[in-house]
Amino acid sequence: MFNRIGMLGHIGLNVLEKYGRAGMILYRAIFRIPNISKGFPLVLQQIYAEGVLSLLIIVVSALFIGMVVALQGYHTLSKFGAAQQLGPLVALSVARELGPVVTALLFAGRAGSALAAEIGLMKATEQLSSMEMMAVDPLQRVIAPRFWGGFISMPLLTLIFNMVAIYGAYLVGVKWLGMDAGAFWSNMQSAVDFRLDIVNGIYKSVVFGAVVTWIALYQGYDAVPTSAGIANATTRTVVYSSLAVLGLDFVLTAMMIGGW
Amino acid sequence: MLSQRIIETIVGFFLLAAILAFVALAFKVSGLTSFFKQEGYDITAAFDDIGQLKVRGSVKIGGVTVGEVTAIKIDATSYKAIVTMRINAAINDIPTDSSASILTAGLLGDNYIAITPMYGKEFLKNGDEIQETHSAMILEKLIGQFLFSVSHPGEKSPNLPEEGAKI
Amino acid sequence: MKNLVEINKLAFQRNNRSIFKDVDIFIPKGKVTAIMGPSGTGKTTLLRLIGGQLLPNKGSIKVAGQEVPTLRRSALYLLRKRIGMLFQTGGLFTHLSVFENVAFPLREHTQLTNAMIRSLVLMKLEMVGLRGAMHLMPSELSGGMARRVALARAIALDPDLIMYDEPFSGQDPISMGVLVKLIRMLNDTLGLTTVIVSHDVQETLSIADYAYVISDGGVIGQGTASSINKDTSLQLQQFLRGLPDGPVAFHYPAPYSLEEDLMSETTDV
Repeated sequence: MFNRIGMLGHIGLNVLEKYGRAGMILYRAIFRIPNISKGFPLVLQQIYAEGVLSLLIIVVSALFIGMVVALQGYHTLSKFGAAQQLGPLVALSVARELGPVVTALLFAGRAGSALAAEIGLMKATEQLSSMEMMAVDPLQRVIAPRFWGGFISMPLLTLIFNMVAIYGAYLVGVKWLGMDAGAFWSNMQSAVDFRLDIVNGIYKSVVFGAVVTWIALYQGYDAVPTSAGIANATTRTVVYSSLAVLGLDFVLTAMMIGGW
Repeated sequence: MLSQRIIETIVGFFLLAAILAFVALAFKVSGLTSFFKQEGYDITAAFDDIGQLKVRGSVKIGGVTVGEVTAIKIDATSYKAIVTMRINAAINDIPTDSSASILTAGLLGDNYIAITPMYGKEFLKNGDEIQETHSAMILEKLIGQFLFSVSHPGEKSPNLPEEGAKI
Repeated sequence: MKNLVEINKLAFQRNNRSIFKDVDIFIPKGKVTAIMGPSGTGKTTLLRLIGGQLLPNKGSIKVAGQEVPTLRRSALYLLRKRIGMLFQTGGLFTHLSVFENVAFPLREHTQLTNAMIRSLVLMKLEMVGLRGAMHLMPSELSGGMARRVALARAIALDPDLIMYDEPFSGQDPISMGVLVKLIRMLNDTLGLTTVIVSHDVQETLSIADYAYVISDGGVIGQGTASSINKDTSLQLQQFLRGLPDGPVAFHYPAPYSLEEDLMSETTDV
């Protein structure tokens, strides 16, 4: 009995320790930024690696998601004779939910797993240790630019996702199903609010970007430096960050609708 | 490994694409206009019931949008809703005796304000108030009125405001 | 000051397993000191302790008169600029070319112009004989070459102390010979102090001025190459000669004797 309680306490302490380490990594990544002249090129490289390289999958997924939402929406709305409301339906669902969430999930799969694997491998091949012994802080040189790269890339990717998805819906609705282009856009414009819908969606993506990058960096930095350990770290990155994104999405939506 | 200059260029394009997407989202999708304050003048109107009218709802004359609702508040003494709307500067000849009514776009669409011009010789200017207003048609009230008139033929519906009877 | 590194009464535990119990090691300035011992005795751990990457449980570690475990971060980083370390796998940055790898510490710690960095890097690469390989990526190098590049990187900042973690393991005889020669040459020409951690006894002893043998958390023998070879301690002789059985038993300790294990009725392994 006491053993069990002891074990529970032990597990609890381990979990706390992990959160503590993750928190320290985040703290140091944010506040120990390299100076501008050295750090800026590094952050740019990471925006390239995390943002630009994720662009293809984001654009393709966005196009198809926009098209499919338009198709489904059109058929459902036309049953109620409200096919004119297709624009608002697509724009609202993309800007509020699909844009930030799907981008974050794809980002976790594409960039997050790559980050975790890269850092895990750097650890396993003693690159991080040798950096440390060269008096270069790996948190500053390796982790911080990657964090900022992901943090900046996510909202940019989300903006592009939103626009491409809406364009996909336009293709299906107007070019294929023959809706009136003017009605499509003007109904959308009267229903979508810039601050409530577009900007709130971007806020979400900023939060998701920080969380996904953080999870990936922590999993990579804390990985057991073996091939099994790195495989574990990448899997956990994708699983944890997907769960975190979906959970946080609910919390953020509740906060935004509740008007906090 | 690409050279730093190429990376910088590509990231620049990426940023540009994102900014373009943002601009398109702002203006094409959400129809943002309040960034640039539109030239125009403010008029007000007091309604008993504004229904689902919202800020940024449109103001129309003969179905053409001529302005938008900029503020809605309640008057503390008369308990009427005071709606402030901004009319485009180009439309400067709305007679003072015009009426404003709150209509619905389609059966389930948004509410908007329709101004019906009359024949006065004086025109509305900044800060003026439209005196004659008609409240929103509330579907529940219409249904209630209909049911009442079906079950009590010939009687006047008791619990409806005067405007309800006018409709 | 005669000793660059002084380790006194060092005790270190990891996961409740005691790795060092009471270790005293002194590394004299300007000499090549070897630290040898069987695998798993914590030789790499010792180097990490000296470099301040790990903290000891007890005892003191002084490098150039500074007590490493108590140093603040900035002071520790200042000290590390004076220490070069060659990791077992080299630890080259796989996304940078050979040239950029060697230039890395210079770019991070100095304000030198590109032209100066270039000439410094070329000089260091010339010392290890790999100037011609400067445009290659680490994945295109053989194991021995990668280690030599890592060596050039370790001496890029002209350190006072250089530590080698298993420099000879997994090398063919030729690259082993090259490394042996290089280590000795760099020590003498650059006036370095060298620490080699290795279990390749003969190669290490051939260049070491002084050697320590550690096993089971303590120092089991020390001295110059010849005096170590003459030492009569059984433990030491088993390690030096590579005898299969001795104080370090061939058999991993088992709870039952072979007969008991064979005769027992249980089928679970």
